[in-house]
Amino acid sequence: MTHAKPAGRIDVSELEQHRPYLLKFAALQIRRKEVAEDLVQEVFLAAINAADRFAGKSSVRTWLTSILLHKISDHRGKVGRETSIEALQEADGADGVEALFQANGSYVCLPQEWRNPEDSLTDRRFFETLEGCVARLSETAGRAFLLRELMGLSIAEICKEMGLSETNCSVLLHRARMGLRACLEKRWFAREDQP
Amino acid sequence: MIFGMLNCRQVSDLLSDRLDRKLRPMERLGLRVHLSMCKACARVEGQLGFLRKAVSRLPDSRSESDHRRE
Repeated sequence: MTHAKPAGRIDVSELEQHRPYLLKFAALQIRRKEVAEDLVQEVFLAAINAADRFAGKSSVRTWLTSILLHKISDHRGKVGRETSIEALQEADGADGVEALFQANGSYVCLPQEWRNPEDSLTDRRFFETLEGCVARLSETAGRAFLLRELMGLSIAEICKEMGLSETNCSVLLHRARMGLRACLEKRWFAREDQP
Repeated sequence: MIFGMLNCRQVSDLLSDRLDRKLRPMERLGLRVHLSMCKACARVEGQLGFLRKAVSRLPDSRSESDHRRE
């Protein structure tokens, strides 16, 4: 068993290296860039104040990201968004995934083969496209998706965080994934300037 | 859900669920049967896996605007 890092061993320079990651994470959920930057700044202040409570059980990045998640929730609360109600209504909605399938459950547009997807992972423009696709998701579906894929939260944890039932949570994740799949296909893999 | 009678819509549900929870044996069986016969769903299976990998790298990616900011 590894020993926990001694408490209070976080210095500002160590925090700073996580700024680009946190900014990107915030920007994926908060549309206004200056708000995202403010929230990340608040995370650093909170982290410095609470440095002695960092138990070293998680990585510094995970710890900072969890503080950021709370800041984002607080911000949402302040601007008067009731995420759970919004998400519930959305999860009940008939749009989204429904549009991808015919009444008999087969695809309206047959998914195409993606050529050399791995090559895209070294292309900066691919990630810009992906970012654009994430931004096109609804706020609730995008949030559930990022909590799952970036934070690695379980369905149960996401439900708790967003005030959703497990079924609604799965509906949102399914919608996010299929939406992103279709968006990437259209905007990246089937684009006309593909080499 | 009748065994062997999954449609693409139901399969896409299971392909997503599988990334979040362990599927039940009957779900796995229905999925396997469908994927062995349906090229489109087999593609989607691979693409959702790729999507997970790509998204995990997203926060570390550097975009054009990041470069301009510096």
